[in-house]
Amino acid sequence: MAKNNEVSKGLGIKTRRIIAYVVLCIITFFCLFWFYILFINATRSNGELQSGFTLLPSKNLWKNWLNLYHGTLPILNGLVNSFIISALSAVLCVYFSTMTAYAIHAYDFKLKKFIYPFILMIMMIPTQVTALGFVRLVSNMKLEDSFIPLIVPSVAAPVTFFYMKQYMESSLPLSLIEAARIDGSGEFHTFNIIVLPLMRPAIAVQAIFTFVSSWNNYFTPALILHEDKKKTLPILIAQLRSADWLKFDMGQVYVMIAFSIFPVILVYLILSKHIVQGVALGSVKG
Amino acid sequence: MKKSKAVRYNKWGYIFLLPFIIVYVVFQFIPMVTTIYNSFFENYMSGLTQIGPKFVGLGNYQKLFSDGDIWIYAKNTMVLWIMCFIPQIILSLLLGAWFSDTLLKLKGQRFFKTVIYMPNLIMASAFSMLFFTLFSDGGPINSMLMQIGFISEPYKFLSNTGSARGLIAFMNCLMWFGNTTILLMAGMMGIDTSLFEAAEVDGATSTQVFFKITLPLLRPILVYVMITSLIGGLQLFDVPQILTNGTGDPMRSTMTLIMFLNKHLFSKNYGMAGAVSVLLFIITAVLSLIVFKVTGNDKRKG
Amino acid sequence: MKKKLISVLLSTTMIATILGGCGGGSNNDSSNAPADNTSTNTESNAPAADSNASTGDNASTGDNAATGGSAAAVADDGAVLNIYCWNEEFKSRITDHYPDYTEVDATTGTIGDVTVKWNITPNDDNAYQNNLDATLLKQADAAADDKIDIFLVEADYALKYVDTDYTMPVADLGITDADLSKQYQYTKDIVTDSNGVLKGLSWQACPGVLFYSREVAKEVFGTDDPAEIQNYVKDWDTFNDTAATLKDAGYSIVSSVNDTYRTYSNNVTSKWVVDGKINIDDNIMKWVDDSKELVDAGATGTHDLWSDDWSKGFYPEGKVFAYFGPAWLVNFSMAADTAGSIGNAGGWAATEGPQGFFWGGTWVCAATGTDNASIVKDIMLKMTTDDAIMTDIVVKDDDFVNNKPVMEALASGETKIMREGETEEHEYTSQILGGQNPLAMYCAGVDGLDLSNLSAYDQGCNEEFQHAMKNYFEGNATKEEALDLFYKSVVEKYPELTY
Repeated sequence: MAKNNEVSKGLGIKTRRIIAYVVLCIITFFCLFWFYILFINATRSNGELQSGFTLLPSKNLWKNWLNLYHGTLPILNGLVNSFIISALSAVLCVYFSTMTAYAIHAYDFKLKKFIYPFILMIMMIPTQVTALGFVRLVSNMKLEDSFIPLIVPSVAAPVTFFYMKQYMESSLPLSLIEAARIDGSGEFHTFNIIVLPLMRPAIAVQAIFTFVSSWNNYFTPALILHEDKKKTLPILIAQLRSADWLKFDMGQVYVMIAFSIFPVILVYLILSKHIVQGVALGSVKG
Repeated sequence: MKKSKAVRYNKWGYIFLLPFIIVYVVFQFIPMVTTIYNSFFENYMSGLTQIGPKFVGLGNYQKLFSDGDIWIYAKNTMVLWIMCFIPQIILSLLLGAWFSDTLLKLKGQRFFKTVIYMPNLIMASAFSMLFFTLFSDGGPINSMLMQIGFISEPYKFLSNTGSARGLIAFMNCLMWFGNTTILLMAGMMGIDTSLFEAAEVDGATSTQVFFKITLPLLRPILVYVMITSLIGGLQLFDVPQILTNGTGDPMRSTMTLIMFLNKHLFSKNYGMAGAVSVLLFIITAVLSLIVFKVTGNDKRKG
Repeated sequence: MKKKLISVLLSTTMIATILGGCGGGSNNDSSNAPADNTSTNTESNAPAADSNASTGDNASTGDNAATGGSAAAVADDGAVLNIYCWNEEFKSRITDHYPDYTEVDATTGTIGDVTVKWNITPNDDNAYQNNLDATLLKQADAAADDKIDIFLVEADYALKYVDTDYTMPVADLGITDADLSKQYQYTKDIVTDSNGVLKGLSWQACPGVLFYSREVAKEVFGTDDPAEIQNYVKDWDTFNDTAATLKDAGYSIVSSVNDTYRTYSNNVTSKWVVDGKINIDDNIMKWVDDSKELVDAGATGTHDLWSDDWSKGFYPEGKVFAYFGPAWLVNFSMAADTAGSIGNAGGWAATEGPQGFFWGGTWVCAATGTDNASIVKDIMLKMTTDDAIMTDIVVKDDDFVNNKPVMEALASGETKIMREGETEEHEYTSQILGGQNPLAMYCAGVDGLDLSNLSAYDQGCNEEFQHAMKNYFEGNATKEEALDLFYKSVVEKYPELTY
């Protein structure tokens, strides 16, 4: 064993570093390649797109964009709608999931033994299953064409809750909370001022995940939003793709996809900074 | 004295749980109960006409098991999940180990860490569109393979079980490995770095550090990753659905449980859809319990 | 119930007067509008009476109205006209060609003082039909302004709606058979319910023909004359022999087996479902056998329509001899505006092919419970029967309109056209088809079309059949296994069926 280690150490650093870089470069290629194709396709006209695939950009980006922008779809509304829904979902989701996880993590109450497994259980129910009942419920509540049924349910996100709970287990010592209590901090105050900042990496991670999945969600919004001005970007893309043969234009579809990816990249880059910074925080703590 | 104080604090447990419980009951519990309830009824739409609901007891379950196809779809789902999960978790752990390895001193970490999640930003439907283009019979992958003389005529990627499953697993892996890596990395941040430094001083190799320090401390997050990936895997839907146009071709070898469920939802067959959901729920619960048990044992050992 | 009826009656008469008055005063910008408005309102009351007598089984009118001889059992006082559709096609037709329509914004407009609301849900994931179903089921209880007035359907699932009371017989709107005498019979077949009642209308007809590459024809057969090429594809046996010839010369006769499917499935002699049992017509099975032979011989592919592989043949490098399609395929899908495509060089030609068929088309249906009957009627009549408007649609939008005399006059060159940017009137010819005027061919193909064998299950059956058979063609399953898969898939889609 020791010999083995020596060999690997001797083989070590330099070779391993090279391997790591090579693998990382391959992975990077596979991660970014799609964005490149999307961009290339967005610059090509419908006819060019039909004639096959190429790696070189064409000159129709601006034309495609103008066609899309001056078309009948309210894409700017779509952008705003998508943003409102995704941002609020992400905020509500991480805040209340952390709160729920904190309730389970920090307190000992009678029903805890029952509620924790219960939440884990409901995590296993596929979303598609409840979707139809959900839509019925929404229409009974007269909430069609409203953002409420798309935003509020994210308060109860078992998957996010589970992650927060696991994260707290590994990095939120109960002694810290005790200390806060001794200092006279109220429970709600402790949660907001002490716990939330400590959870920052986890919150950033889950905020990204929730934002992205909400941003790209087609299934539920398509069942609930019918008025053009209320629609989100994925619905508008679908609408563009089911355009009649007269107006069918893949160039526009690709521009629209590129257009709808752009904001989400931006949000991701902003939030991912917190994750990377989180590393630095960890070392300070040490 | 001590007890009453604890009680005073512990009522906050309920208060903090309240928003979750209320929203959950309204938006998810009610639809879920209807689902289970529906599984005992014959209840579907024929065009615009409602058929049923007529109580049929376990009739829907009987129908489900009698033709036995459900097990084929369950197997497909598991095969696809394993094909996707194994490379994904290996890749994620490897990246996690590299990124946290202080000896390796990788440059541009921030760039790589940022890039790995990017594929998840593309909508599954847009992603599938690109894959279609690339892997079509006359697409660039085929013409490349033909040019280097690897094959003499176009290979039909989506018409062969192996390659169709491979593509689905590859796409899914690509879309989700960044997700897993980020989760693991966020977990690793919680680890006290002094532990690493101490190990370094003691002359531990990176491999030792990884297996002796990182992995055990990462256990809660690893359990999370395993469970959610399993649940996500059992709910695998959009990629195979879009890539095979909902057919699960060839010969339904890529038909997953949720795709099958979706077929019943399409005809608004609440009865059969309910039965499939309940079954799916049971399978997930059993498998998750196993994972919990297995990882729970590890804890005692560590 | 009675009270409600009376109040409807009262308000209808009142609104009719008001509308008539308004129509006379406003709308000066479009020359024929005011006159039309008045006449429509008076008309709508009169013929409604005979229509009630003729179709006693209709839900909305009911016996009350018929026996009472009431003129206006159909409400006509709505302030909002709700139109449900899945894309912008009909909206742009209305905007461009319906005289009284004024656009307000992307999803609203006005006709007189009625607001038109467009409810557009894309087809993806069946979202359009799901949404329409849900709204139609609530139609009876919906507030007047929320009731659907018009919805659009496609041929594949038209009967699902037409065969219910949610769709209103066009006769109940006061549209007579005489009004529709110029329409192609097949467009009426598709929206005629199982009792023989017509419940929808279309402004377009989509007869299909065979488009072949002139270059390939010259190379392989020594001629590109449509009449001579027709001899090589005049029936399926000859067609399959020709496929072998083309294969030897290095060409696929069609891009994919799915190209020929419509031509077979439009010429069946039995329905997909007979007495609740799934039934496969002989002609469909002939498609399977013919296609399997073609695929095994390497004479064609198995790609899905619209896939990249399928559209390769729009370029010479694709090595495809022909495509089956209607006029719109040539004008809008064959990449004629891209340099290097066959269409761009005017390299296609049209011939009738083995059998007539149609592809595409949109039908306008009135929803039972509409509160804007006269406007619905007027839209339907103007858009689907008015000669001037329909000629205009041909010129501006290149639709093949559902009006026999109009199309025949264009086919014979009797009607000359002048497009935007052109200075001279000329005969309707197609640049892409190398200057050929294909209209006569379309007209001939559509005349013989008999679509009385449609069922409400066609969309699911056609789709699942092509999907299942793909496995057989590609060698992943035997014919029996593929058929089993087909039956299974159809029953999943329509649980009420057996096999």
